[in-house]
Amino acid sequence: MPVLYQWYDIRDLSYAVEQLLEWIGDWGPHWLVYVVSAIIGGAAIFGLAAGTAIFNVWLERRAIGRIQARLGPNRLGPFGLIQPIADMLKLMLKEALFPRRWDKALFILAPIVVYIPAILVFAVFPVGRGMTFVDLNVGVLYMLAVSSITAIGVFMAGWSSNNKFSLISSMRVIAMLVSYEIPMVLTLLAVVLFAGTMSLNGIVEWQHDYRVPLIVLQPLALFVYLFSATAELNRTPTDIAEAESEIVAGYNIEYSGMRFGLFYAVELVNAVAISGIVATLFFGGWWLFGLDRWIPGWMIFLGKLYAFYMVLIWMRGTLPRLRIDQLLGFAWKIMLPLALANVFLVAVEVLVWEEYELSAAVVLPVFAVANVALSGALVVAWTKLMSFHFDELPKAAVLVPDSGLVFAQHAPPVPAARRSWAPAPAPAVEEVAGGSGSG
Amino acid sequence: MPDVTTEPLVVNFGPQHPSTHGVFRMRVTLDGERITDVDMVVGYLHRSMEKLAEERTYIQNIPFTDRMDYLSAMSNNLAYCLAVEKLAGIEVPERADYIRVIMAELQRIANHAMAIGAYTNDIGTYFTPLMYMFREREKVLDLFEMTCGARLTTNYIRIGGVAFDLPPEFLPALRRLLDEMPERIQEYSDLLLENEIILARSRGTGVLPADLAINASMSGPMLRASGVAWDLRKADPYCVYDRMQFDIPVGVNGDNYDRLVVRLEELKQSVRIIEQAVEQLPGGPVKVNVPLAMRPPAGEAYARIEAPKGELGFYLVSDGGPTPYRFKIRAPSLINLSVLKELLVGGTIADAIITLGNIDIVLGEVDR
Repeated sequence: MPVLYQWYDIRDLSYAVEQLLEWIGDWGPHWLVYVVSAIIGGAAIFGLAAGTAIFNVWLERRAIGRIQARLGPNRLGPFGLIQPIADMLKLMLKEALFPRRWDKALFILAPIVVYIPAILVFAVFPVGRGMTFVDLNVGVLYMLAVSSITAIGVFMAGWSSNNKFSLISSMRVIAMLVSYEIPMVLTLLAVVLFAGTMSLNGIVEWQHDYRVPLIVLQPLALFVYLFSATAELNRTPTDIAEAESEIVAGYNIEYSGMRFGLFYAVELVNAVAISGIVATLFFGGWWLFGLDRWIPGWMIFLGKLYAFYMVLIWMRGTLPRLRIDQLLGFAWKIMLPLALANVFLVAVEVLVWEEYELSAAVVLPVFAVANVALSGALVVAWTKLMSFHFDELPKAAVLVPDSGLVFAQHAPPVPAARRSWAPAPAPAVEEVAGGSGSG
Repeated sequence: MPDVTTEPLVVNFGPQHPSTHGVFRMRVTLDGERITDVDMVVGYLHRSMEKLAEERTYIQNIPFTDRMDYLSAMSNNLAYCLAVEKLAGIEVPERADYIRVIMAELQRIANHAMAIGAYTNDIGTYFTPLMYMFREREKVLDLFEMTCGARLTTNYIRIGGVAFDLPPEFLPALRRLLDEMPERIQEYSDLLLENEIILARSRGTGVLPADLAINASMSGPMLRASGVAWDLRKADPYCVYDRMQFDIPVGVNGDNYDRLVVRLEELKQSVRIIEQAVEQLPGGPVKVNVPLAMRPPAGEAYARIEAPKGELGFYLVSDGGPTPYRFKIRAPSLINLSVLKELLVGGTIADAIITLGNIDIVLGEVDR
């Protein structure tokens, strides 16, 4: 198949942009090229982020509807496709209320601080071969840094609303972010160690060159990253920050109109970003075993992105929410040690590979098998070590038979171990207030 | 410990809150996420039913009971009618008694489906189990609609029997529901009871010891989950429950998980009871005629039933006039709610919400 490299080659939309920029460079002032390229790139990533977000409103509602044995939105347009537009119009037309005694600057700034980083992450995505807005050589670091700004915005929102529910929510967000950022960074470190570069493009190229998606080499990293990333997405099982049934809506409880709309959009955009990161780092981005020569790379990328996005929808439709102490305990007791062990494992493997100058064709299959096996063993062993045991108490009711005892206490004596599940008794209020126990 | 004192955070849950199941209000004192004190405020939905009833005839009072626990109207009707019948000494035809049992047990299925669904919703699933539970509840409500035209406030069970005989399409539809129920219940048990997150959240939270449950006069699934096998259908049979074979499910720990387990098992037992009732269903009239302005002889009567939420009792005093002299309701929701503070203090906010949801209150009944 001849390689075209023409502007109409849709396998890589950057050819068209290049031609346009060259044409501008021929006749226009020299600075115009930079301006136009920035506008095109910015519009492209904003279009990607916003477009997928709008589409995903529909997709998510339909998919969850199916999961819940109902139809989902189906009145507006074919299959309810206009529904997200209607939702958006409603949000824009609504009055933006504000609470009394608000912290005005922070309150207005918070949705913006949350929204912009969510879009910025898309700047480093290799959407297709060569279709990257900025090919940063520290792409992974940039991605982590930018996406963690969101938490500041969330905390600003929670604090400035002057509402106790949103304050509780902000405290939860900070606790969760501090806990999950560490395993997240460590897993990405493992990926970077294997690929030897922090550039997202470079990582995809590495997977392309060695013809192996990193999921095969790094199953444990994907598992840890998946859970840590969902923790920052406000989706079940980790949506404690805006636990609707507990703290109503959490940090965005006082927001209305399009200010709330931005928070709502951020969740969707973040979910797309996480799916994109997983697709890029673990599933090879635009590369798919040579299929990218015929199918445009950006289509492959979007396909992988949506495949993973469906997993997120599925999780949201199925799983209940964890309590905050369980969630943080999971981060520190399970995720962090596993991520550390994974980094160690990868470091040893890479060292062996480089030191003995082994051929990749020999060494990568061995690593893949070894890593899959070791990951499984590690998870099982570690959970055993942390004495996570499955509940041995009966999971069915005791049936008092027909002819038997009625109005009798049927409970067997309570086993001593059971008491440990009961929450620790709270300190008496007098002690806290008077400080009498401080001696 | 440094000499720092911090103010406890007092948070107001309700009366407008997604998880207070109505207009219930809790003033919760928090130390971080941990609850140190709970203050319950009820009465936002007080409609003064007990006083209103003194101005209305015995028959006019039946629709009030529908609006009390609006999720199980049939049971409320039944308890009230039993009390009036006891007061006036009315004998009910046998067929009516069987129909009452069928309706009461269908109502229990609808109520527990709602309770389990709302509980899982409080735990944080995005409405999925609730929607599944609504499937079964919907079918039960369709059966009600078929019989008496109403779905929620049925006003079907009347003094001296039931309002209408069962329509011809009722029994086939009921048969279809009964045939699919065991499979569905098994599906829910598999999905909910084995879920690690539900286990982690429900086990050991909101523990109600058996002695406290008895002392606080708890009843229904709350009491049985604590391991006390107390069920009025066995202990003080009414209608024709003494002819039915069924088991009483009890829990071991008295925690949220056991309440969930007990409710799921009660669904099974209800199906079993309905099957027997349909099998034994005799022919004959469904109602004895009572005068519209009935005047029971002076005296008093207390009738109680095992409503889905617990022991529902009506205490009626008659002075021989056309209206009750005193009309007192022993509402299970209110009494089950009374131990809330003991269950919540020491737990976290998340536990508080699921525990409150699992008590299965209906504010119409709490405040009356």
